[in-house]
Amino acid sequence: MTTTTAARAVPSPPTDEVGRRRGLTSARRKSLTGWTFLAPATLLIVLMSFWPMFEAFLLSFRTGRGTRMRWADPWWANYTRLFDDGIFHQTLANTFMYLIVQVPVMLVLALVLAVLLNDRTMKLRGLWRTAIFLPCAVSLVSYSMVFRTMFSTDGMVNDALLALHLTDHPVNWLGNAVTARMVIVLGLLWRWTGYNMVFYLAALQNIEPSTIEAAKIDGASDFRAFWHVTVPQLRPMILLTAIMSTNGTIQLFDESWALTAGGPANGSKTMSHYLYELSFQNNPNFGYASAVSYVILLLVAVLAAIQMKVGDKRD
Amino acid sequence: MTKTPLRVAKYVFLALAALCSLFPLYFMVVSATNTSADVIGSRLTPGGALMDNISKLTTQQNVGAAMGQSTIYAVSSALLSLLVCSIAGYGFEIYHSKHKDRLMGLLLLTMMIPFAATMIPLFRMFANLNMVSTLPAVVLPTIATPFLILLFRQSARSFPTEIIEAARLDGLSELSIFFRMFLPTMRATYAAAAVITFMAAWNNFLWPKVILVDQTFRTMPMLVASLTSGYVTDYGVLMLAVLLASLPTMFLFLVLQRSFAEGITGAVK
Repeated sequence: MTTTTAARAVPSPPTDEVGRRRGLTSARRKSLTGWTFLAPATLLIVLMSFWPMFEAFLLSFRTGRGTRMRWADPWWANYTRLFDDGIFHQTLANTFMYLIVQVPVMLVLALVLAVLLNDRTMKLRGLWRTAIFLPCAVSLVSYSMVFRTMFSTDGMVNDALLALHLTDHPVNWLGNAVTARMVIVLGLLWRWTGYNMVFYLAALQNIEPSTIEAAKIDGASDFRAFWHVTVPQLRPMILLTAIMSTNGTIQLFDESWALTAGGPANGSKTMSHYLYELSFQNNPNFGYASAVSYVILLLVAVLAAIQMKVGDKRD
Repeated sequence: MTKTPLRVAKYVFLALAALCSLFPLYFMVVSATNTSADVIGSRLTPGGALMDNISKLTTQQNVGAAMGQSTIYAVSSALLSLLVCSIAGYGFEIYHSKHKDRLMGLLLLTMMIPFAATMIPLFRMFANLNMVSTLPAVVLPTIATPFLILLFRQSARSFPTEIIEAARLDGLSELSIFFRMFLPTMRATYAAAAVITFMAAWNNFLWPKVILVDQTFRTMPMLVASLTSGYVTDYGVLMLAVLLASLPTMFLFLVLQRSFAEGITGAVK
């Protein structure tokens, strides 16, 4: 059905009768080929993303286990339960903490590093770039384990702090909610700053140097030229990295699982971690877990929409 | 120049950033050669416990099986992903029409769907099909990604239409134009896409953890995560496992760094 409408959308070439007929059939055949090329990917995305998303929506109004699931009574019961769920509130607050503290710091740091590395007069640029980008090669679980080892009570970080007399007793980094969250934020900064830096480097390389030169000839300082000429041109990339990082942070799971195990007492647990526990541990509750997953989905959508609104503003 | 102090500050900043980035990696490599007590005792020089750690790790855990599982999973995910997404990206660009553009917009929306929101129904679907703990169940949700489709659509934009026209006149079918003309020309894009999909699949933790219920099929990240579940953690062994889990991706990264950078940024240019 869609195929015929698509074929009709292709304008026929204005030639003689025979030519037009031949043009139409070949256009139609080409259009059909095009659709078959798209079919496998489209089918997979529908089956593995759209359909499950729709199914999760239905599930979020259901209760019970396995094949014996039934509609919740009242049907919005899973959503009202969210309001009384202390662990959910805690994980929501934790996730937002990671988002608000980590994402801005990381993006500013990445931007500064990218600007430094884009300066052709700096030496050893390739070396610096590789070093700062290298953490991206390590999996999230792996680096979580490295950080967990370094920040253990009798571990390397405490030894260093004690040796430098910055503290007189070992800090129980992962045993205290505030410091445990701090370690996760540090880990995220370590793992993702270089990644974002590469995006900014790519964008900086597409900026015409003459635009910055012109600003400088007009008497602008380095900083003013950067702020008024470079940053506006980087805006689409800043928007993109902000959306990607927000998206990733709201879905944080590996670090919460492997670095802090969500502890102490849910103090560093993320929403995705809680969702996993609700779905696959102790008493699995797919219905309520789906309601939690829809909150995550809504947060991603709303925050992306806000960022696009703010990021697209022209001054 | 009067700007020398600023220049020095810039280098100090870069050096600090590089040091902070490299130190945990150095710690990981060195600790894999040290005993647990030495790791906790902050020994930062290579030790002689590597062989000991290897024998401990291999007797406690089936590392070979986990490396094998991770390889099979990451390679099949990368290959299928490349095939399916590149032919789709090519299709969207070369045969583009208003309807196809609309479909592309719709597919791009799935970039915004968090995996958390599809995980439970996906698990239920594969459970109903009796496919829990099977390779297709791990791989299928990772194959089609809008990001890769976009990447290949962008690269198809730079593919000269004259080549396609000439090939058509030579009587080549549309499919063989794709395989014989487009695919070899776009080697660089394929390399970039291969690196990012392989790394994403190799490092993926949540979905394999959910769907591979049978522990004999567990991947390297799952094995690493299980090493701290006991009462006493052997940190030397843990760091060795972490190192092994990171070797393939580190190697790919160092060899194909340029491709990787092009891969992650390519679709947005």
